Amino acid sequence: MELTNLTIKKANEGLKNKQFSAVELTKSIFERIEKFESKIDAFLLLTKELAKKQAEKTDLLISENQSLNTLMGIPVAIKDVIVTKGIKTTAGSKILADFIPPYSATIYESLENAGTVLIGKTNLDEFAMGGSTENSAFKVTKNPWDVRRVPGGSSGGSAAAVSAEMCIYALGTDTGGSIRQPASFCGVVGIKPTYGRVSRYGLIAMASSLDQIGPITKTVEDAALVLNVISGWDKRDSTSVDLEVPDYTKFLTGNVRGVKIGVPGEFFGSGVDKSVKETTETALKRLEQLGAKIVEVSLPRSKEALAVYYLIMPSEASSNLARYDGVRFGNERETFGSEVKRRIMLGTYALSSGYYDAYYLKAAKVRSLIQKEFAEVFKTVDLIASPTSPVLPFKIGERVDNPLQMYLADVLTVPANLAGLPGISIPCGLAQELPVGLQLIGDHWQEGSILNMAYTYEQNFLFSEKPKL
Amino acid sequence: MTQYKTTIGLEIHVQLKTNSKMFCTTSAQYFGSEPNVHTCPVCLGLPGALPVINKEAIESAAKFALGLHCHVSDVSKFDRKNYFYPDLPKGFQISQLDLPIGKNGWLVVEGKKIRINRAHLEEDTGKLIHAKVDGKSVSLVDFNRSGVPLMEVVSEPDIDSPDLARSYAKVVHQLARYLDVSNADMEKAGMRFDANVSVSKEGIDKLGEKVEIKNINSFRFLEKALVFEVERQIKTLESGKQVIQETRGWVEDKAITVSQRVKETSPDYRYFPEPDLPPLVFNEADIEKLRKMLPELPDKKMDRFVLEYGLDKITAQNLTEDKNLAQWYEDGLTIYAKDDKNKAAKAKVLANWVVGELIRNLREKAININSASIEPAGLIELLRLVDSSEINQTTAKKVFTQMFSTGKTPSRIIKDEGLAQVSQEADLEELLDEVIVENESAVEDYRQGKAASLGFLLGQVMRKTGGRANPVVASKLLKEKLAHGNRN
Repeated sequence: MELTNLTIKKANEGLKNKQFSAVELTKSIFERIEKFESKIDAFLLLTKELAKKQAEKTDLLISENQSLNTLMGIPVAIKDVIVTKGIKTTAGSKILADFIPPYSATIYESLENAGTVLIGKTNLDEFAMGGSTENSAFKVTKNPWDVRRVPGGSSGGSAAAVSAEMCIYALGTDTGGSIRQPASFCGVVGIKPTYGRVSRYGLIAMASSLDQIGPITKTVEDAALVLNVISGWDKRDSTSVDLEVPDYTKFLTGNVRGVKIGVPGEFFGSGVDKSVKETTETALKRLEQLGAKIVEVSLPRSKEALAVYYLIMPSEASSNLARYDGVRFGNERETFGSEVKRRIMLGTYALSSGYYDAYYLKAAKVRSLIQKEFAEVFKTVDLIASPTSPVLPFKIGERVDNPLQMYLADVLTVPANLAGLPGISIPCGLAQELPVGLQLIGDHWQEGSILNMAYTYEQNFLFSEKPKL
Repeated sequence: MTQYKTTIGLEIHVQLKTNSKMFCTTSAQYFGSEPNVHTCPVCLGLPGALPVINKEAIESAAKFALGLHCHVSDVSKFDRKNYFYPDLPKGFQISQLDLPIGKNGWLVVEGKKIRINRAHLEEDTGKLIHAKVDGKSVSLVDFNRSGVPLMEVVSEPDIDSPDLARSYAKVVHQLARYLDVSNADMEKAGMRFDANVSVSKEGIDKLGEKVEIKNINSFRFLEKALVFEVERQIKTLESGKQVIQETRGWVEDKAITVSQRVKETSPDYRYFPEPDLPPLVFNEADIEKLRKMLPELPDKKMDRFVLEYGLDKITAQNLTEDKNLAQWYEDGLTIYAKDDKNKAAKAKVLANWVVGELIRNLREKAININSASIEPAGLIELLRLVDSSEINQTTAKKVFTQMFSTGKTPSRIIKDEGLAQVSQEADLEELLDEVIVENESAVEDYRQGKAASLGFLLGQVMRKTGGRANPVVASKLLKEKLAHGNRN
């Protein structure tokens, strides 16, 4: 039995029915890593010993016929920007090359308690700054669909690991699209929850008001299952919200009849590749066939979103990264990579006296206009649909010398971060043999609604293609 | 000679007394601990750690702001103040810029109203220790203090002399202790001052160039540093030079200020709203609740002592300087004036004892009233013994000192030490005879009509009894004896 291609749901059933053990499942994952990791470079660290121990624990529970949680014994890959106690966490940066955190992120504690099995820590753009994973200080991750191409970023390692079946599911973080865009590039599912839904305690901060942790999975149902475990209020994160966590799988009815999907013209503009546009439009027609109502809407302020994002994000990042001052953590600030330095300088400039009003403050004001605009649109529609990325996965090295072009890849994902809204990317088809992601954005706390739309699409138009490794 | 006008504004940092630190659950009671044991991911600024507001600190800060007669805004927020320093683990300090907890307050000090621009909350930094390790000079960082809540009270430049600056600082100190929001312990750096000072020629409206003196940690140094700085600035102007805007430091052992940084190069803190913390929202009812929780403040208490007990202002001020001492006094008076007879007189007698003997003994032992073992009831018992002439004032003072140091009751001490007043004529008779025999000339003088000699003879009686003779009885008996002798 092939185990690595299992979903969380299937693997959980297999474990329950004793078709295979957790140790076998973990072993097969590591065998696959052995086979393909050198080609993909998704991981910064493998935790084989720990994984074995964790898997054995699950097997013990199974042998005692104890009830099994959904994530128990299921192998996960975690983006290396989420701190794990006693396990090196680098944020993809040389400045933290040897950092072993003395504490764990809240969500890692939740996963540990749920009995999941940690396979390893995945590659990312340094401090999650980038859209291709090329900014990692350690390695460049390759897209499993075409290893000459980038997997997207910054959660490129996590998305590539899921796509290449080197884990059953993964965790990423999304500040301006860093879960959704690599999910799109790698043909997998990625959801950025509502800001405040998942605790950020232990997530090494880039931009505090935008960062959010979320799952990268093979199916929508899996995304719902992970969300069930990682969501919720955390007293250690004041921006997390004390709101009841529903069972997200309950929303997956497969019925979208009468649900109104807003399609903003601005998200299908001239910057969007023709093939991406066409694939997305086809997906929208399919949703219409399923009974959803397509409504044209307008989000004129979204044109400003990228500019606003590239002021707010570097401003917060310049401050968040001040703690790496060369006094502790063992490395000088010169060891930051050029993208990190660029953002620190941009942010420092935007916050400087004499420039603050023109840059940071104005950006903050436009941000609230963007939020209001979304609120208005959500009075008339249930969710918003668009391509996830305006372009197909590009070639490694193609954009590294052109930061501005790299930033443009975020144009369709940053509005949701600025407004704090949940957004999901699901594979909706292939173009030039590369996956295309459909983005669905919901109103605050409406993860259930976008999950159901995504699920309904997935059930009816199964994306069964797989990368040829 | 030209007259100069001094203008001073103070920034006072007061450590708040809370169980845990400002933004984490680590204990804030770090004094005397090993370095770096009162730390956690949050106050060490570890990657991924997030601040959470300590409600106790917010409540204390709001109380403090109300005590400073500040307007407590319904919305307040935290901002990041960005700068690099090895004792600042995050590379920024969480502080408050445009929406502090308290705004536009005032205090009256020595009859002058000093306006308070703002009172805001922030987190303390760690501490640098410069030491030699293996023969090498190194700087060590102790993060125990990192994240302890600090209140910064910023006055308007309404202070016109170093002396008033000191008094104002003391009033703020007293207020913090009255409100029980801070120990404001000077020895433990629980209170620190930054002073802005300038001088200008009398009659000229424009203020002189401002000099900031940083990090002063005692009332005495504050005054001394300001006196030095005012003189330095005047001398500079007199010699035809300009005072430059700069930051200066107070050098304790030389009693001078020295230039540290010229203002032109002052850092840009790049403040922006702290994205990890939601704004603080107070509703009117919360603020009113806190206002009702405020104790009687020092100025009010002093006025009441004058009015209610008929005390003079100085005595009332001395009594109310420490809230606990004032309470001790009032507890004592409740017992002393229980029957309500001669309340005004009793209030004065007790006040004199507290301000005199009690405070003197406290100062000698360098303790405050809370750590003293003497109870109000003990002093009242002693005063009643004086009132009933069982002991005299001199003996009472001796007994008091023993009560203070041993905690014993006055009757116990009097009994143990044999200090009871000698009032029985029979007990005094023999003694008086001795005195008369030993002081012939004084006796003669008295008989010749020199009344003052009686005082001298009484003094001799007191000396022989160690002050225990009842002066009224002794005087009456002595007069009789001398008159009797005359008839002989």
